Formats: sequence, C-alpha cells, structure tokens
Amino acid sequence: MKLKKGIAVIDQGNKLGFWGGKFGGNFVPETLKRPIEDLEILFNKLKKDKRFINERDKYFKNWVGAPTRFIKLENLTKHVGGAQIWSKVVSDANGGAHKIYNATVHCLLAKRSGKKIICGDTGAGYAGKMLSMAAKKFGLKCKIFMGAKDIKRQQPNVKAIKKNGAEVIPVYSGSQTLVDAVSECMRFWVANCDTTAMCVGSTVGPAVFVRICGWSTSQISRELKFQLINEFGSIPKKLKLYNCVGGGSSSFGFWNEFMDYDKKQCEFIGIEAGGPNKSKKHAAPLTYGSKIGILHGAAQYVNQNKDGQIEETESISAGLDYPGVSPLHCFLKDTKRARYTAASDEEALEAYKLVTRLEKLRPSLEPSHAFSVAIAESKKLSKDTIVVVNSCGDAYKDRGILKKRLRK
Amino acid sequence: MLNPISVAFKKAKHENRPALLTYTVAGDSSKKQSLNILKSISKNADILEVGVPHNTPVADGSQIQTSAYRAIKKGIKINDIFKIVRDFKRTNKLKPIILMGYYNMIFQYGENNFLKKCKISGVNGLIVVDLPWPENKKFAKKCKNKSIYFIQLLSPTTTNERLRKIIKDSHPMNYFISMLSTTGGKLKVSSKKILSNYNKIKRISPKKNIVIGFGITEKTIKSLRKADGLVVGSAICKEITKSIKKRQNPVINVDKVVRRLKNKII
Repeated sequence: MKLKKGIAVIDQGNKLGFWGGKFGGNFVPETLKRPIEDLEILFNKLKKDKRFINERDKYFKNWVGAPTRFIKLENLTKHVGGAQIWSKVVSDANGGAHKIYNATVHCLLAKRSGKKIICGDTGAGYAGKMLSMAAKKFGLKCKIFMGAKDIKRQQPNVKAIKKNGAEVIPVYSGSQTLVDAVSECMRFWVANCDTTAMCVGSTVGPAVFVRICGWSTSQISRELKFQLINEFGSIPKKLKLYNCVGGGSSSFGFWNEFMDYDKKQCEFIGIEAGGPNKSKKHAAPLTYGSKIGILHGAAQYVNQNKDGQIEETESISAGLDYPGVSPLHCFLKDTKRARYTAASDEEALEAYKLVTRLEKLRPSLEPSHAFSVAIAESKKLSKDTIVVVNSCGDAYKDRGILKKRLRK
Repeated sequence: MLNPISVAFKKAKHENRPALLTYTVAGDSSKKQSLNILKSISKNADILEVGVPHNTPVADGSQIQTSAYRAIKKGIKINDIFKIVRDFKRTNKLKPIILMGYYNMIFQYGENNFLKKCKISGVNGLIVVDLPWPENKKFAKKCKNKSIYFIQLLSPTTTNERLRKIIKDSHPMNYFISMLSTTGGKLKVSSKKILSNYNKIKRISPKKNIVIGFGITEKTIKSLRKADGLVVGSAICKEITKSIKKRQNPVINVDKVVRRLKNKII
C-alpha cells in the first residue's frame, strides 16, 4: 500500500472508492446508490470550479473567520522545557470548532442540488451546531440526530442547535451515542433522499462524504502552511503536528497540505480516546489494533466482536466516542505516514488543567487528548522542534463534565 | 436440482397467487422460539427470510431493530443461526430459506467460510442489504457456484440503465423495495405506483421472479397481489414485540398473522 505524491489523498481512492484497495467504499443500501452518485458528480465538478472555490473561500473568510490564530504557547513551552509548543486555534472559527468547514460546504452543495432540507449527525454537538448555523445562513431546514446520552452531556451545544431553529432528534437505540446517531441519520436519508441532503459530520461514511469532509477541513492546513512560512520563513526542519482523532476530520484537515513532506521533517501524530484508566472500553481502533470491518458504509478499523457486531465505546469526550475511524486514517496508518496513539480520560483532564492554568486557551476535551501526548513527548524533544497542537474545539460545551470531574 | 426458491414461485404461480415471504430475526426472542416460529409459519409462508441480527442496521426501521437488539441481547451468534436453519431443514427439507443481513457479519466470518456453512445448513438464498451492485459481483458469483441465489435489491431510485445492468447480472430472484423508506415504514406511495415500477422491472426481465417488500402489512398486501412474491417483515416482528408485552405466546400469534396474510392473497 502506497501513498502517492502530488495527488490529494481524498482523490487517491480507486473506482469503487477504496483507499489502498481496502479502506472506504460504499457499503450502502441500493436506495442510496443514486443520491450518492449524484452527490459525487456534483462534488467532482464543483471542486474544480473556480467560482465555487471562490464562493467557499468568501464564506470561510468572512463568515467562518479565516485564518484562525497560530500562536506560541510560551508558558507551556517554558514549563515543559523541550520542544517549542504552538497551537493552531481552530476553535476561533465561527461556532467554536472545525466542524463549521464541512457544514458550510455541505450546505453550499445542498443549495446547488436544489435540496431544501439537510440532515446531519452529531456526537459532541459541534457538527450539529455548525450544521444548524450553516443551514440557517443558507436558508435550509435542518434536522440533527444526536444520541440521548450525548444530549445529556453536551447541553450547551444542544441549546445552540435549537436556537438556530434546527430540530434535534434524540436517538435511543444502542449505546445512545454518536455511532447510533450516524445510523439513524442514514436511515432518515434512506427514507427521504429525494428531498433531503445529508451531511456526515466527520471524514466517515460512504466514500464521497469522506472526501467532501476532508476537502473542507483542509482549510486548516492551508492556513497553517502560510502561517508557518510567515513565522519561520519556511516550513520548519522538525515539525510535529498533534491532533486528536475520533472520526478524524480535524486531524485530516490539519495534515493534508503537509502530506508530501518527508515524515522525518513533518510528522503527524494522531491521538485517539483511550477511555477511562480503569475501563477496557476505548475509542481507539487504530492504537489498539482493531480489525477491519464495515461501519456506516465504509471499510475501516473498527471496534467489534468476533461475529462483527460493533462494540460500545467509552470516552469522556463525546466527539471522540466512535468505534470506527476514517478510512483516510486507516490508509495513513497502513502507509505509515501518520503515527497513532491514545490518551486516557484522566490524561486528557490533566492536560486540560495544565494548559488552562498556563495559557489563555481553553481546549475542549477532544484536543485535550492531543495536548496530553504533545506535552509528554515535547519534554524529550530538542528546542528547535516545532510542535503544533490543533486546538480544534472550545471547552465551553464541556463545562458540565469539567465542573463535575475537577471539583475536588 | 432446481433451487427450492424457484420451486416455491412455480407453485404459487400455479395457484395463481403471489408467493408469501416472511421475515423474522434469528434468535428473536430466543433461539428455540425463533425456530418454533419458523416451523409453525412454514405451513403458510412459501419462502422464509431469516434475519441475521446486526447492531448497526442502517436500513432497518424500529420494529426490526427491536427484534435484532432483542436477539443480540440473548446472545445469538452466527453459528447459532446456521444451527437454527439446519434444525429447521431436518423436518422441512424443501422449504426455502433466505438469510438476510449486513455485510460485516459475512466479512468477519470470511466469505468462503460463510458460504460453506450456508450450504451445509441448507440456506437457499442470501440478501445482503449493504452490498449493492457492482460491489457484490464477486460475492454473487461465489454464491452461484454454491447454487445459492444472491438476491439483488432494486429501489425506486435505481436508474433505468442501472436496473438493466443489475438484472443482467442477477440470479432468478430479485427484490424490489417498494418506496423510499427503511423497513417497516408506512406505505407512502400508492399500490398503483409501486406496481407500475414493478412492471417496469418485469418488462426488462419477464422470467425472473421479483418480490416486493417494505411497508407491506395485512392492510396493504392484497393491493399488491399481482407481484411474483410479497415480503412481510416488520409487521411480524411487531407482533412478536406485542406478544411479549402482553405475555402471550409469540409462536401462536405470529402463526395467526401469517395465516391471515396468506388468506388475503389466495
């Protein structure tokens, strides 16, 4: 399996949508074949259309707020005493997380296809919040599917979704988290694909959704590349990009523009959710060697039992609490372009405490996983190494959990 | 030897009626009970679809989901499902059985192993909800080599060009999804519209048997009796749920439902 240079990773899949011949694809009910094909044709056309790209860039700049900041974490760097620690503050984006990029592009596509309704899934509530914002902006009716457990633990985002005029549909099946929300959203699309567009909230799902999301979040690395050159004159000789990985949309977008650099110069480190210290459950299929399986229309490494039933996950962070992972990351893992590891709930909380104590930055529980590993590894790294952590979400949504867990 | 699925269609045609296909989930609400249900409804049903429960079923509505979760909770494994089929076939050798499920279960078992086990247990056909054409070409061929029908799904969204291609590669039975819906949705289009779509498919392949499924209940079955076969699933799963709630015997109640369904189409 090989990563090609000079071709965008989202376009490296084969005719049937498989990366590396085995990740991704379109394992979908017959009813969805046509709407997926229609979306593919539309997306393939528009992503080459200069006017469409200008339109996207206009909204990214004026509405999402591009570029998001790239800042040095001076105090944290001093405290750790190793590599220089920087952060790309993607949570600056309108709405407070990277999910806005994918949501905006999906709404632009829905408008072009003449659909009046858009449905989407959400875990931490960010994908739902952003989709509801974008839907409102572009005059689309919006339905958000969310696990009942996540509705309870991410109330601030649920309130925001409702405030934007979207309908929140609680999902009570299975583990009542993201995995069930995605299933239910796909079911809704099966039944309403003639009138409704679907936005999958991460780089998961049938191949075209993986591609659209990856194309959208790549805005992050486009900005970062420019900012790095501005700051250092060129891309640093030792650059390490740390990002949390749930479905994998922010990390893919954070890395995409650096794909063709040698990994010795520019290393990618993905941090999955290891779950509570004492629990055997986790949401880290890449780190813990889960087998390939089919989930939500795509072949990927996924937590499952011997029979092929998808296993329940456990993580303090709703945004990472997903048993599978993007086919793009499976591909990056097997081609050894990226390295994956996990942080536990407790480690993420410790990192959150440290970062918020030392810096004017408030990463949500998802990027706190990435900070945990970045801090630990930075200690052993030379001072000329540039560590960048994607702070892809704001902790406002986690205040309930944080209050409870950090009370003592 | 002709596949018992084709024999069942011939028999129904001879009686001038559509074949009745039932769908129940293996292991719902227990291994033994699901076997007993199969045994009792086989008097009236022509072809038995046996659902392989999966816990992320993207095309199933709430009734079948409930049945599937119930079976999984009771601990049903794939090998138990093969055993149920085998036990059933001991006394009903010629009654056709179709396994219906999601691809991950087959993928994890290994395609070849899975088909070997199907053959030994007496499975006559397979429906894999999330393995559409052309992705299913290779697997469908493997099925053919084992004389197991791989049943292609066709939907109202399937374009004419695609219909022709799928049917060209298809085996003697295909499954037309009546409307845009998950299983168990309310029939939201008229029978006339469904039959007109159905006839479009029939014109492409008059010789292949096409069954209609999704949204068929005691109320709607009669209006579609011109089809080669009709599938009822969610209405049966719902009956099992209802029986459990009322502390009644699901085997008896499901048997009654299937008998009533049959009476509506003869």
